[in-house]
Amino acid sequence: MTSKHHGAWDEGSPVPLYVISGGPGSSAKAFNLVTLITSRSAPEPAMQPEQAAILAMCQYPLSVAEISAYLTLPFSVLTALLSQLVEDGRVEAIAPVPVAAVPELGLLEAVIHGLRNL
Amino acid sequence: MDYAISEVPAAGPRGTDMLLPHGARGVKVVIVGGFGVGKTTMVGAVSEISPLTTEETMTQAGIGIDQNPGAEGKKTTTVAMDFGRISINEELILYLFGTPGQERFWFLWNGIFEGALGAVVLVDTRRIEVCFEIITRLEDRRVPFVVAVNSFPEAPQHPMSVLRTALDLNESVPIVTCDARDRASCRDALLSLMGYLCTLAAAQESA
Repeated sequence: MTSKHHGAWDEGSPVPLYVISGGPGSSAKAFNLVTLITSRSAPEPAMQPEQAAILAMCQYPLSVAEISAYLTLPFSVLTALLSQLVEDGRVEAIAPVPVAAVPELGLLEAVIHGLRNL
Repeated sequence: MDYAISEVPAAGPRGTDMLLPHGARGVKVVIVGGFGVGKTTMVGAVSEISPLTTEETMTQAGIGIDQNPGAEGKKTTTVAMDFGRISINEELILYLFGTPGQERFWFLWNGIFEGALGAVVLVDTRRIEVCFEIITRLEDRRVPFVVAVNSFPEAPQHPMSVLRTALDLNESVPIVTCDARDRASCRDALLSLMGYLCTLAAAQESA
């Protein structure tokens, strides 16, 4: 990310965020920061640039947080965009591993094993 | 519809970044601490990608809850988080989010803790008071956490028992020292969190 794009959503940005997000979201689909997004179709020229960019970068799964960072879009704006893409069947959203108040031992052991290999 | 910005930066993971396998799922851990305590350094030390920044804008609705003297006229505030990731295995990706503790508003972004395994509270012993509110908030939200003391060379060294008393920590909550610049040291801090979570999980199973 170059510094040129840093702060792209500062006040005074020529495109209001509600325009980029496509207005109030119709989908109540919940996204988490670590929901993984994978493209299910190729970007098309007629698409909104931000949506096309999402499709282009999610050939391999990327978390919502990563997409937000690469596009310099706030989380809530991005989730509105993603809701539309999910509705249109253009991306697949893979929910995070569900974590209870106290995580399951099996999950923790997997994480411990992975960290030890770092 | 016309757009003032017709092109979106052709950004994305760099060629050198490890691509995630299809079918993987994410989990997260939150690293909380005051300004300059080393959260981003810690994220960078263990992450397989260069730390990235995600942001969220908070509206006035949130500001009304938290007193914010001197900034009454401000309609929105931005909360930024640096984060990184560790591929645990083919199915599991661990994300680490570094969150500024002195920012009152980040607690309002509920998504931060939703589904988090737990938190690491990063402490600078020169400014220990920053952690009081953080720890209280974590306890209120029932987020399991460990305390990691980032050992700055010039920072005063306190015995763990003194720190525990100063932070008013439960006996069961681990306190470890770490060097946020050092990969192995940060990994060990994360392992102590996982070990603590295992203890909690085992206690719950036997209860």
